[in-house]
Amino acid sequence: MMTAPLQHALYLAIFLFALGVTGVLVRRNLLFILMSIEIMLNAAGLAFITAAARWGQADGQVMFLFILSLAAAEVSVGLALIIRIRHRLTTLDADAANLMQG
Amino acid sequence: MMLLWLILIPFLGGILAWAFRGPHADAPRWVSIAALALDLPVLALACRAPSGAWLGRLNLPWIPQLGINFELGLDGLSLLLVLLTLLLGIVSVIISWTEITERTGFFHFNLMMSLTGTIAVFLALDLFLFFFAWEVMLVPMYFLIALWGHERRIYAAIKFFLFTQGSGLLMLVAILALAFVHQAKTGVFTFDYFALLGTPMAWSTEFWIMLGFFIAFAVKLAAVPFHSWLPDAHTEAPTAGSVLLAAVLLKVGAYGLIRFNMALFPEASKHFATPIMVLAVIGIVYGAVCAIGQRDVKRLVAYSSVSHLGFVVLGLFALTQQAVTGGVLQMVNHGLATGALFLLVGMVYDRTHTRQLDQLGGLASVMPWLLGFFLFAVFASAGLPGLNGFVGEFLVIVGTFAISHWLGAVASIAVVLGAIYLLWSYQRVAYGSVRDEHRGLRDVSAREVMVIVPVLALLLVFGVYPRLMTDSVDPATARVIEHVAPDHATDVVPGVEVAEPGSGA
Amino acid sequence: MAFLVLVPLLPLLGSALLILSEGRLPPRLVALVGVGSVALSAVIATWLAIAFLTGPDQHVTLTLWQWVRIGAFAPTVSLYLDPLSLVMMLVVTIIGSLILLYAVDFMAGDEGYSRFFAYMDLFVAAMLLLVLAGDLLALYVGWEGVGLCSYLLIGFWYQDPANGLAARKAFIVTRIGDTGFMLGLFLIFTQLHTLQIQPVLAQAQTSWHVGSLAATLAAALLLTGAIGKSAQVPLQTWLPDAMAGPTPVSALIHAATMVTAGVYLIARTHTLFALAPVVLAAVGVIGTITLLIAAFAALNQSDIKRILAYSTISQIGYMFLALGVGAWSAAVFHLMVHAFFKALLFLAAGAITMRLHHEHNIFRMGGLAKRLPLAFWSFLIGSASLAALPLITAGFYSKDAILSAAWAQGGGALLLWLGGIVTAFVTALYIFRAVFIVFFGPAKTEPSGRYSWRVAVPLTLLSVLALIGGLVETPPALGGITLFSRLLAPVFPNAPPPAPVALILFTAFISLLGLGLAYALYWQIGPRFIAWSNSPAIAAWRRFFAEGWAFDALYHRLVVAPFLALVRANRGDFIDQFYTGIAWTCRWLHQRLGALQTGRIRWYASWIAAGSVVTIAVAVLR
Repeated sequence: MMTAPLQHALYLAIFLFALGVTGVLVRRNLLFILMSIEIMLNAAGLAFITAAARWGQADGQVMFLFILSLAAAEVSVGLALIIRIRHRLTTLDADAANLMQG
Repeated sequence: MMLLWLILIPFLGGILAWAFRGPHADAPRWVSIAALALDLPVLALACRAPSGAWLGRLNLPWIPQLGINFELGLDGLSLLLVLLTLLLGIVSVIISWTEITERTGFFHFNLMMSLTGTIAVFLALDLFLFFFAWEVMLVPMYFLIALWGHERRIYAAIKFFLFTQGSGLLMLVAILALAFVHQAKTGVFTFDYFALLGTPMAWSTEFWIMLGFFIAFAVKLAAVPFHSWLPDAHTEAPTAGSVLLAAVLLKVGAYGLIRFNMALFPEASKHFATPIMVLAVIGIVYGAVCAIGQRDVKRLVAYSSVSHLGFVVLGLFALTQQAVTGGVLQMVNHGLATGALFLLVGMVYDRTHTRQLDQLGGLASVMPWLLGFFLFAVFASAGLPGLNGFVGEFLVIVGTFAISHWLGAVASIAVVLGAIYLLWSYQRVAYGSVRDEHRGLRDVSAREVMVIVPVLALLLVFGVYPRLMTDSVDPATARVIEHVAPDHATDVVPGVEVAEPGSGA
Repeated sequence: MAFLVLVPLLPLLGSALLILSEGRLPPRLVALVGVGSVALSAVIATWLAIAFLTGPDQHVTLTLWQWVRIGAFAPTVSLYLDPLSLVMMLVVTIIGSLILLYAVDFMAGDEGYSRFFAYMDLFVAAMLLLVLAGDLLALYVGWEGVGLCSYLLIGFWYQDPANGLAARKAFIVTRIGDTGFMLGLFLIFTQLHTLQIQPVLAQAQTSWHVGSLAATLAAALLLTGAIGKSAQVPLQTWLPDAMAGPTPVSALIHAATMVTAGVYLIARTHTLFALAPVVLAAVGVIGTITLLIAAFAALNQSDIKRILAYSTISQIGYMFLALGVGAWSAAVFHLMVHAFFKALLFLAAGAITMRLHHEHNIFRMGGLAKRLPLAFWSFLIGSASLAALPLITAGFYSKDAILSAAWAQGGGALLLWLGGIVTAFVTALYIFRAVFIVFFGPAKTEPSGRYSWRVAVPLTLLSVLALIGGLVETPPALGGITLFSRLLAPVFPNAPPPAPVALILFTAFISLLGLGLAYALYWQIGPRFIAWSNSPAIAAWRRFFAEGWAFDALYHRLVVAPFLALVRANRGDFIDQFYTGIAWTCRWLHQRLGALQTGRIRWYASWIAAGSVVTIAVAVLR
């Protein structure tokens, strides 16, 4: 069976993760930050899957299922928070939500 | 059992005072006075079971698993101090009659709790109980300052709290260390005073534990350089708070030095005595110099306290019979004289609404009686012979002089400095021409006379016939000296009997 | 002899009664209590004196109660009567009653009438405790007690802040001396283990040899106290300012009794001073310097009470001189005679100012001899006695006793004698300057009112005492009466040898010369001389003298100003600055660290990312 080399898959995971981090850091819209976090989670998931395929173990896939459900929970909470923030501040700008500064 | 009631009565009085808050503001006041007055006969009864040097003892198990007992004892020293506490407690309640009009229930609850803690401190013979009582005494005082004080009350209250809690922590660590050292040596974990009394310790261990106790007591005693909470706390506290602070709360520091510091660590105390005495003399002069510069009467009296309390420390660590007894007398005398000064300053403030010296003046022609009382207290505080302030200072210096001529000589400079700041401030209040807005102020009321006259009478009585105090204090101090510095007990005057006959420990 | 306790107790009770009834008694009753208590005490004192002198005892000790008892420190409150304290007791009570009687009129109408008598009675009580004390500690109690009353009475008219300042200055300056005194007590107690005066003196003689360090230190410290109380150089500056008090106060406290307490103290402990020759010499030197300085200062005053104040300092200087040459009896003799004539002078001065609307400046008086004959004759008699005019005045005999004692000692004491002689001349000059300016020449202020018997009787009695009070002790050439020195013989056994007649004549001549010069300058030349003395060059010197040789300015610059600067610099309490500094540092750090907490999610995320990168990098690359 023809499979992509392990390194390639990992490079992709790293790339996706870096993409997500960059998104979190540079985007100011909370919705996009949430999406970037999703990308980071998926990057982690990809790395798990790759590792599971490499070692022939099911643990990686179990972890990915965990991550999926966790991401779903996280998105629902995150979206709820975003709606609250939108209500309170009438904006989705992350920098405007700095009420907890020291 | 009477000793327990001695503590319980003011405690219950405080709770009742709070319970009776509400529409009738006088109820908490009467309850407090009744409780304190009731405590006086109880104190008399408590003295009626003497055993050895102790006038009364009580020992109940409290937390036996940790070696903690509810152990109380009353001797001549604590008798005098409890008496002073009760007397000035009553005075504080009466003087707050018109000054405190808001939340009288909570005010008197705090006042009584603080007094309860103080009495317990003077009786406790278990180190854990002592620490517990120490905290009970301090926390209500924080509320008294923070809730009923003057303009900068929050600042003063927090400063008071930080200083006392910081030093209390040191004491707790020292108490625990002592208990653990004792356990390591004997296998028994206990906080019992008598058990810990003879704990064998390495020299450095003893020194460090002693230092923990000493700093805690020195902060409470407002010894230089740990005095700086005192002027703020005194100045901002309500009159009753200032009186209690000066007369009673500062004394627990000195009491602790005698009862615990010197008794538990005789060797370290003796070796450490000279630096402490030097520090005390610096404090005496430094407090006086600071007092001269003050513009606020209450601050000035507070700094004069620092100076006078230096005499207490000096006397205690000179470790001669005269000096230690003089130090104890100075505690009581300072309590009465400074208490009287705070009462009178409070009365002046009540009428003029200022404590600034440059905004007062000429009051002697408006309120001759009030300022006459003031003059009396001023001279008592300045150590005029025939009044009580003189007795303590004189004995302390006489005792110190036998140890070190120089320290005695420098300490006596305070006699001149005291005259300077006290007379100067008195004259700025009483002499000169009166301001227009102060014309027609009323002189002392009957209630104020009732408060101040007994205190002033004691100033005179103790000055003319100090044996009323020395005869009860002397055996207790003689015991301490025998324990700490047996050579001093006879060193000063060979062949002279030190203790009163029949006072053997 | 148990009645001895009544002597100080009666004035004390009178004072207590007046204080407790503040302002409620009618003036007549106040006067009755105020004067009566002291007068009664004087009667008892006289009766006791007769009983004592006719009785067998050389001294009487009356122990009242034990003050404290702590180890060996067991001072008692006891009264001790011997010829020395007897003399002092009589002087205090008798002159005290006369001055108080005078004050009944002098203070009439003052709003603090009752307060005045309360303080005066308290003073008499404290002074009697001082002179009768059998224990140094009780003596110290009286010593401070008279200081307190002096403070209260100098500041009696408290509405004027200047009076308060003078009172404070008096109390603080004397307290500097008192501190030395107190240290002396400590030293004596630690060395000799008692403070009872007689045992102290006896033990000092057995356990300290002459010139030993302990004896020298103890005597020097006692001397410090005496200097402060008796206004000797360098602590003399308070007395001229103390004239801010009412005139009877100046007469009783700052002339007749309290300021001579230092002399009494040294006389009382003279055996101790005899063990310290250096200190004893210092006593004489201090006395001589003081009497010279004060006499020149008195010569240049224009306030009649300040003339008398400097004169008092100067006369106490004579007593110190006498003590310094070991003429104890002569010192006490002069103390007594000085009490007579100086009280007389002050009361006469008060009698003038009373009638001149409280005018104190002698240059605004003049021509009063005819208008106020009573005041004139009393002042003249007092002046004559002060100037020691020969034969007819008491001052002549007492001053002569001092000067001949100094002469008889010879050696370095001759310098002291010279100082004494020069001052005798200046004394006659300055007091008759006042007499001529005040009582002769053109009238400048018209007197009003008249005197009652309460003023006349004390003036007359004191005039008589100032004239004949010296006849209890005369030199051999003039009758050789030794009543006084025989009375004091149990206390002061060794009397100095009598002086040659030529010396007495010389002393007499000197004081007459001073009188003559005063007559020539202030009466014959009069206004022209005064105009000359006001020329700029002379006036500068006169100002220097008038300000008491600028001691006040010197002390202000050397002590007071630096001390106040220190006090002001430390008003904020520099130790407190340390704690405030800790609090400040915490707040500063709080602000810096708090700034990191921006509240922005992306900022936090960046830090998390950067932190992860660094952590992983460290983990991987290590």
